[in-house]
Parts: sequence; structure tokens; C-alpha cells
Amino acid sequence: MTQTATVQQTDIRPFRVSFSAEEVADLRRRVKATKWPERETVNDASQGVQFATTQKLARYWSTDYDWSKCEAKLKALPHFMTEIDGLDIHFIHVKSKHPNALPIIVTHGWPGSVIEQLKIIGPLTDPTAYGGSASDAFDIVIPSLPGYGFTAKTSKPGWDVPRISRAWITLMKRLGYTRFVAQGGDWGNAVSEVMGLIAPPELLAISTNMPATVPPEISKAMAAGGPPPANLTPDELNAWKQLDFFYKKGLGYANEMALRPQTLYALADSPVGLAAWILDHDSQSYDLIVRVFDGVSEGLTRDDILDNITFYWLTNTAVSSARLYWEAAQTPSRGGFFDVRGVKIPVSVTVFPNEIYAAPQTWATRAYTNLIYFKKHEKGTHFAAWEQPAWLTADLRESFRWFR
Amino acid sequence: MNRVWPLLLLALPCYSQMTQAPTLPVTDTSIRPFHVQIPQAQIDDLRRRLAATRWPDKETVPDASQGAQLARMQELARYWGSAYDWRKVEKRLNSYPQFITNIDGVDIHFIHVRSLNQNALPMIITHGWPGSVIEQLKIIGPLTDPTAHGGSAADAFDVVIPSLPGYGFSGHPSGPGWDPTRIARAWGELMKRLGYARYVAQGGDWGSPVSSEMARQKVPGLLGIHINLPAATPPEVTAAFASGAPLPEGLSDKERAAIDGLRGTAKMGSLAYFTMMSARPQAVGYGITDSPAGLAGWILVHPGFANWTYGADPQAALSRDDVLDDITLYWLTNTATSSARLYWDNGPKGATSPTAWKTSEISLPVAVTVFQEDLYRPPETWVRRAYPSLTYFHEVQKGGHFAAWEQPQLFSEELRAAFKPLRGQQ
Repeated sequence: MTQTATVQQTDIRPFRVSFSAEEVADLRRRVKATKWPERETVNDASQGVQFATTQKLARYWSTDYDWSKCEAKLKALPHFMTEIDGLDIHFIHVKSKHPNALPIIVTHGWPGSVIEQLKIIGPLTDPTAYGGSASDAFDIVIPSLPGYGFTAKTSKPGWDVPRISRAWITLMKRLGYTRFVAQGGDWGNAVSEVMGLIAPPELLAISTNMPATVPPEISKAMAAGGPPPANLTPDELNAWKQLDFFYKKGLGYANEMALRPQTLYALADSPVGLAAWILDHDSQSYDLIVRVFDGVSEGLTRDDILDNITFYWLTNTAVSSARLYWEAAQTPSRGGFFDVRGVKIPVSVTVFPNEIYAAPQTWATRAYTNLIYFKKHEKGTHFAAWEQPAWLTADLRESFRWFR
Repeated sequence: MNRVWPLLLLALPCYSQMTQAPTLPVTDTSIRPFHVQIPQAQIDDLRRRLAATRWPDKETVPDASQGAQLARMQELARYWGSAYDWRKVEKRLNSYPQFITNIDGVDIHFIHVRSLNQNALPMIITHGWPGSVIEQLKIIGPLTDPTAHGGSAADAFDVVIPSLPGYGFSGHPSGPGWDPTRIARAWGELMKRLGYARYVAQGGDWGSPVSSEMARQKVPGLLGIHINLPAATPPEVTAAFASGAPLPEGLSDKERAAIDGLRGTAKMGSLAYFTMMSARPQAVGYGITDSPAGLAGWILVHPGFANWTYGADPQAALSRDDVLDDITLYWLTNTATSSARLYWDNGPKGATSPTAWKTSEISLPVAVTVFQEDLYRPPETWVRRAYPSLTYFHEVQKGGHFAAWEQPQLFSEELRAAFKPLRGQQ
């Protein structure tokens, strides 16, 4: 520490969101100057992100799309930065005006960001304005994962899920919360579940919209390439088929990012390349995005989709975010993304049918010895808070009622 | 076939890449001369894009275990965008007779060099990904003109070096189905069209399944093949890999080393690019089509480049220009996505699986050279089991995945030795 250093490392500093107009203009120029491949040689999405959709996206992105609207939305929220374990962690922190609001830390995943969570801030912190009662109120903390959004990029290896989970516990304690809950899907589920495994006394329960429930015998049978076991229920068979498709056809991006994230120079240099890589995340949210660019009204809008992609672009986090997969792959003994981790604290599960796999209640019951809530919705894909904010909000109010 | 083609060729017009002969009906079987001539605007655009590259942050490890390192990539891009001269390799390409002929609806580009030796053995040589005909340029001299390259006149070959569909100057298929099996049929047609009644085939990487399929199909006129990426991993080893079960007992040291090699390539990223291009070529394609640095990063993830020094070691096999020639060819022909589609068209067939490629059905002579710097080094026991008609097996100490490119003299000597017994059958 030098004489002039007055900032304590544990200080929580207000953070001002700001983007350079030049970078926004450069993005538009790059999208317009895109060099394109020819269209796919099939009439469906089986070769990946289709040419027609990508062109529609690029056209809108380089013409009518207005980033400043999203920037204004971000600027309207209270942002903070605090150093934890040597890394500057960015988070949005909105306190409810209601007393006894339950603190919740909500974690995004890849290819998500804090932009995924913006729609639930109002309903959770200000329930009386959104069809709820004062007793439904939450204080919400929405951090950006290391290497994502405004959080610093890691310069050394080691920021894996357990380290992030420990950092989140530190963050909540630093904010003075002695009783809180955690929520997440995608990597946010992994982080929340591992927080549940660490089980600090302050953490009351977790909520997940992408539970890791696949029983070991199912994982093993699938890895061996065999047929589904004969005794599966219809929900289990459906989950098997979804997972089988994902492992055979949908896992390329995750393999790539787990093994060689630094290979993806194209995503830092080509906005359309970044957009296509992000759209490829999973086939069912991709199908939804195709419909959105075809003009169909869905839970996500064109602006939603481009806000998130533009956020990745402007923060230049395509490669740094991919590194989280690499970190996870350094300890393969921890098992696969959907393998049961053995969380013992209370767990609330929200299932959307068009998630990578829709967790069957039978598996969730086995995976979580203290399953306090299970709800399967009739519609929805991977991005719960972003696509179906009302349903996720209702589930959070309902499942955490007992902890108030 | 007459032997005066060099004179004829001079009399024919040269077509640039952008102004090829007018589109002909697909039934047209003519063989049209082809000349590479990339418009300067495309080269200027490449340089502009390289200068404007937006880079990610540096890797978090002190080695290449997260992929091509930032500092090396930046240095490579700096050289690529300034001192590197595409026109040199363009001139080299144009120093060989090149042609285009339409086969099965796709324009196939090929280099065709006849030996001056009357008894030359014709050979079709197939590249792979991320290779191109540029990989094979250094072996044209030793193969077609052996007396000038330490061989005897009896070692001479005529060489035919096609660009795979979707690669280099070949056309891009507009429909699915162009897998190695179909390419093998097309190559048979090409050799027939060139008037070759007796010939051999060679290939590494994708060139290996293509050559092996030619042999399995007994393409008319084919006498035998030489491959440097044999599909030789025993099914029980592949199964053990998939299920995580223990490996079979009683493995020899060489077999164990081969298994370690397979594990190594999987870890080094072959699984990464392979699964992505097999399942989603169109998803990864946009970025590597739009960003030259991105294309280079993606190509350099191939384990064949694992030990490449980026030109830092002048003694090492591939120079910076060698590798940039190949990457620039991909860029200028806009084949990043179309080339990746071969993995999709191939489907789930593992490159090293004898079951996938039905190698036991091959009865034509098969010759194999294992280059010890390649990451996949199957032992003779495996290769013999996979190819019952194996007539030649040799391990050589130098040379890796891109053997013809890295060790052209040694590679040529291997082909001379491997095919010597077949020459009497011409």
C-alpha cells in the first residue's frame, strides 16, 4: 500500500456505466463490412446458425438497432464494483423499499450477462407495482461473472466455479446480508449449487432454472452411447432425448471453449461471428430467436437479443467469458455440467420445457434431498429471467415465502 | 495422351479466379485450364482487416494450452498484413499446370504435372483440413522429376493434386452429401477423364479416408494406396475411450504410446474443432469468414500445428510463409465455412476408426507410413489388423501431420518405396 492509497480493498465503489460512441460506431461499421460465407447446404438448422437469420440480424443491427436505449436502461440502475480475491467484481444492487425484503443474488451464465436479469429487478424489488404484495419483496444483487461484462478479466488461471461461489458469499456478507438466497441457470446454476455445497449459515436456499439432476447411471449409459434404459418415465425419456441431442450435436461450442478458448480470435474481431457463436448456444433458444427475427412475438425481442450480444462486443468479453469453460475442464473429476452435485440445503426448481433438457421431477427429487419447490412451465427456453420473467418471479416469491 | 501439353497450355487463354470460363452445363466433361489471379482489391482488403483486428485479452497461462497465444498471433498478423507476399505463392501455383473440370455437379480444381519419364506411375494426392494443394507443392519436383531429386528415372510419378470440394479453387457444393465416399467416386472419374488406366492414390488427414474409400470401392484403374493417417484404432480401444472403461490388457509399449497420442490430441483441441465443425459448421463459419485473425486462430488450433514455432526457428519444417500461404488461400477463396462442411457431411465417422471406414473390405494393396512427429502414431500391430491387405509399413523419425509439406524429400522417398512393387502392373 502506498501513502496515497486510501481505498480499502474491501470497499464497495459506485460504478458508472459508460460506453464510447466511437466503439459503437465502429461496431456498426464492422457489421456493415461483414464478409459472408455462402448459405448452408441444407434447408434447416442442422448445420448451425442459418444464413438468412444471421443476415436479418446483421441488417437490423447495422441500421435501426439503437444501443443507447439499453445503455440508458443500464445507467438507470445502481452499479458497484468491489475487489474480491484480487479481482474487481461488478454488480447491480437494487434494494427494495419494503422492510424485511429477502436478499437474493442472481447469477447469469454463458452466453448471458446481467442484461438477462434486468426484467426481474422491478417485480422482485417492487412487488406491489407488479401484482405482488409487500411481503414478496427482495433486495437483488446481480453480479457479472469474472471475465464477463464489467467484471475484470482474469489474468491468471484459477477462477473456476468454486472460487466464484466463495466470492459471491463474500460479496453478500460484505453487503451486510446475514440471511440470503441464491438463484441461477446455466453457469449461474453451477455457482448457486456450489454455494449450496459450501452451505454457509447465511445461505438459506437456492433456486435454479437449469438444475443438474442427471442420475449417474443415466450419464454413464449415455456416455457409452447405448440406447435409453427401458424403465424411463415419459418425462425421463424426453430428458434423455434432449440430452442425447445436446451431447451429439450441440456440445461443440462448449468443447471448443473448454479446450482452446484462446482460439476464438474471430469472436473478438467479427461482430457477426460473435452473434452466430452466441445464437448457436442451444437449438431450442436458437429456434426461438429465428422466430423473433421472422417477426413472431416471443418472450425475447430483437432488441433483447442484440442488447446482450452488443454488451459482449463492447466489453470485448467473448474470449474471457469462454475461459470459464476452460477453468471447469481443469478439474474433470467434478463431473459433467448436469451431473448431480449433492446439494443438501433447500432447493427450488423451475423447469422450462425447451431448456437444454427439461429436468424430470423424479430426477430433481433424487438430486436434491431437500427439494422445497418444483414447477414445470408450459413454455420457455434456456433464458428464464429474460424470456419468462413473470413466471420466474412467481416461482421465486412462492418458493422462498417460508424463509422470510 | 500427348506429351506436348506445356506448349498447348501456353497457347490457351488464362482464366483468373474471378472470371472463369462461362458456367457450363453440369454434363460438360471438359478439362479447362486454370490460372490463379487474385484481384489486388482482395489482398488490400485482407491487409486492411488485419490492421483493424480487434484482439481479445491475453491468455491466462504461460503456454499454448488455451490456444494460439496472443503475442504470437499479433506478431503473425503484423507480418501477414505487411511483409507477407501472396503473389509469391500465386506465382508458384501458376508455375504448375492447373485445371478445372466439373464432376458430379461441382467444379474440381487440380494441379496436374506429368513426368518426362514415359513409364511414370500416375498418382492422385489428396490433402485434408486445414490443408490445401499448397501442402503438396514441395513434392511435385521429387515425384515427377526424381533424377533431379536423388531418385532414379524408374521412381517417376505423374501427379494429380485436386482441391477437395469446398476447398481452395474447387467449387462449393450447394447441397449435402459430399462425403469421402462421394469424393472417392469423383476422384475415380477425374483419373478416368485424364486417361489414366492404371494409377495409385495417396492421402493424409481427409485424404486418407478418401484414398481408402477409393480402394474399398475398387475404383477402376486403382492399383493401390498409400496413406499417412491410417484408420487403425482397434474398436475396443475406441469403446474404452467412450465409456471411460479400463483399456484392454496386454498392450505393448507402442500401443500404449499410440493411446497416449490419441488422448493428447483430444486434449489439445482436436475434439474442440472436430465436434464444432461436424455438428455446426455454419455457426463457427461466420467469424472465421469475416476475421482473418480469427481464421488463423482457428486453423492453428489443429494439433498438426502444436509444435509449430511461428517461424521463430528457421530450422523448423514449416516457415511462416508456408503456413500463411495456406491460411491466405482459405481466406482469399472464402472457404472457411465450405471446408468445415466436410466434417458435417462426414457425420459421426471417426477419422481413425477402421469400423467406420470398413477397412477390412479393402483388398487392394495398402501402404502406410507413420511419421513420428505426428500426434497419432498407430503401431504396426493395429495397422495390420485394420488393413488385411497391408503391403508396406514404415515408421520414419521426422515429419508430422503435414508430412509432405514438412519433409517433402523423405515423404517422396516413402512413396517411391511404397509403390515400387506396383510399378510392374502398369
